[in-house]
Amino acid sequence: MSDRDLTVRPKIKVPLIVGLSFAWLIAMVLISLTLDLWQPHDFQAMNLRARFAPPVWMEGGSWSHIFGTDNLGRDVLSRLVVSIRISLLVALLGTVIGAVLGTLIGLLAARFGGIVDDLVMVGIDYQAALPFMILALAVVAFAGNSLTLFILLMGLYGWERYARIARGLALSAITQGYAVAVKTLGASPMRIYGRHILPNIANALIVNMTLNFPQTIMLETSLSFLGLGIQPPMTSLGNMVGFGRDFLLNAWWLATIPALVIFVTTLAFALVGDWARDQLDPTSR
Amino acid sequence: MTLRFLLQKLARAILTVILIVTTVFVVLRLTGDPAMYVLGIEADPRALEQFREKWGLNDPIWQQYLQFLWNCLRGDFGYSYFEERDAMTAVMERVPKTILLMGVTAIFTLLVGIPMGVLAAIHRNSWIDRLAMTASVAGFSLPNFVLGIFLILTFSVFLRWLPTGGSGTWQHLVLPVLTMGLAEAAVFARFTRSAMLEALNQPYMRTARAKGLRRNATVWTHALPNAAIPLVTITGFFIGTLIAGGVVTETVFSWPGLGRLLVTSVSNRDLAVVQIIVMFIAVSMVVTNLTIDLLYGWLDPRVGSARSGE
Repeated sequence: MSDRDLTVRPKIKVPLIVGLSFAWLIAMVLISLTLDLWQPHDFQAMNLRARFAPPVWMEGGSWSHIFGTDNLGRDVLSRLVVSIRISLLVALLGTVIGAVLGTLIGLLAARFGGIVDDLVMVGIDYQAALPFMILALAVVAFAGNSLTLFILLMGLYGWERYARIARGLALSAITQGYAVAVKTLGASPMRIYGRHILPNIANALIVNMTLNFPQTIMLETSLSFLGLGIQPPMTSLGNMVGFGRDFLLNAWWLATIPALVIFVTTLAFALVGDWARDQLDPTSR
Repeated sequence: MTLRFLLQKLARAILTVILIVTTVFVVLRLTGDPAMYVLGIEADPRALEQFREKWGLNDPIWQQYLQFLWNCLRGDFGYSYFEERDAMTAVMERVPKTILLMGVTAIFTLLVGIPMGVLAAIHRNSWIDRLAMTASVAGFSLPNFVLGIFLILTFSVFLRWLPTGGSGTWQHLVLPVLTMGLAEAAVFARFTRSAMLEALNQPYMRTARAKGLRRNATVWTHALPNAAIPLVTITGFFIGTLIAGGVVTETVFSWPGLGRLLVTSVSNRDLAVVQIIVMFIAVSMVVTNLTIDLLYGWLDPRVGSARSGE
């Protein structure tokens, strides 16, 4: 990847499917920011006389519950928008924490080498030998109802990829002219790595963030689906699917509607991420 | 491949397993009192105390850890509080079901993914290619449980062709295998495609064509075996996603395997069972990764000689 080639920027053409994905993601973000506009009912309000009301387009549905109600008579639409916010928030914070942590570890390994590098490598081996899902399962029971701990755990997910990328790129960057130049000028390692190398390797790290984000959503929703992630009374998209699974036979919309939202969101992110990678790194095909 | 290289790899593999077992041990011991989970919050304090005393839960954690290691060496892997029997027996009972599910899924993945990738590579930029690549992005970004729900909805609820869950007949196997296999096949197709594209551009392909072999023959006998080498590297990743995906898929379809046992044991704080399953997973992942590393040098002599020259 050569930065010089980018001085003349070709006009970027956005394929339709990527445009649609962008639109969907923006809609999701807007919905989670303007929550109250989309919440016809309190998301926890139960109404046992209005259980299992079908969505509006089915026989017996009504506009007061557009997506119907669940087994406790709670409004599915209201729960859905709250879930979207929680799932996006967890994935966003998890991705940012992972990126910062992983990059820092990678840069430390590149700067100090030796035993620090060896330790980081052991950590990467460790991560490769234990699917993160399994580690998370062992830890989540500990998190219990603590959202903070759960988010930190999501932040650990994928750190090794940032670390590997940052380490590799920093090791090759440190030998390049600009890094040698600022070093000769007497810049401190903090300055060399923070102000000069990091901005030069940021592209690859940002692309990894766009790839990591949907995977964090998948991990969070999967754990919540298993009943080991976000705990009631809070709700997440995975949570809704998990509870809806038991009622697939008589109330299919309970699981299907949040499942569709998860699918379209992760797909949109993957398409945008793929496209972004091709834009930033034309050689990767 | 030198002996030194081999020993180094082996040492790192063993270190990794020990690290994993240790962290899981510590995390599980710190995360709550099994006595409360087994006997209930309202249990008699004396009963709780007796339970803790009986299982050594009052000892300092390092003492519990050493005891645990010593027991493992003697072949005693602990007692399942919840099922009230030897934990290893409880785990081993579930192994065949999980092996069955994973084995069939692996066969499905290879039989679907590799031909799809080869076709996409041969017909690069055609509709087949685009279809395969779109499917692979979709497969990669579809969580197992979401696909599982969609499949249950279609084939069990609306069409009523297949059962929604359980195990016993081949019909029970269809939906779980599709749930895991479709996503895996999509990923495999993508890797196969790029490995094939690389191989198709090599000089030996031109030579094969020049000596009069037909195109089909060159693709399957020359390009694919060479493309298979990079595919071996993703086997470790593949096994990892199979294990993680298995946990979710087994829960979706109430499949009585290791994954489901892991989820219920974590919720019940059945320490010994969780410990054994994690150990199983760590050992199988480490052995897989080690085998791949060694196999790689053997399959592709260029790598082997480059490594031992290090």
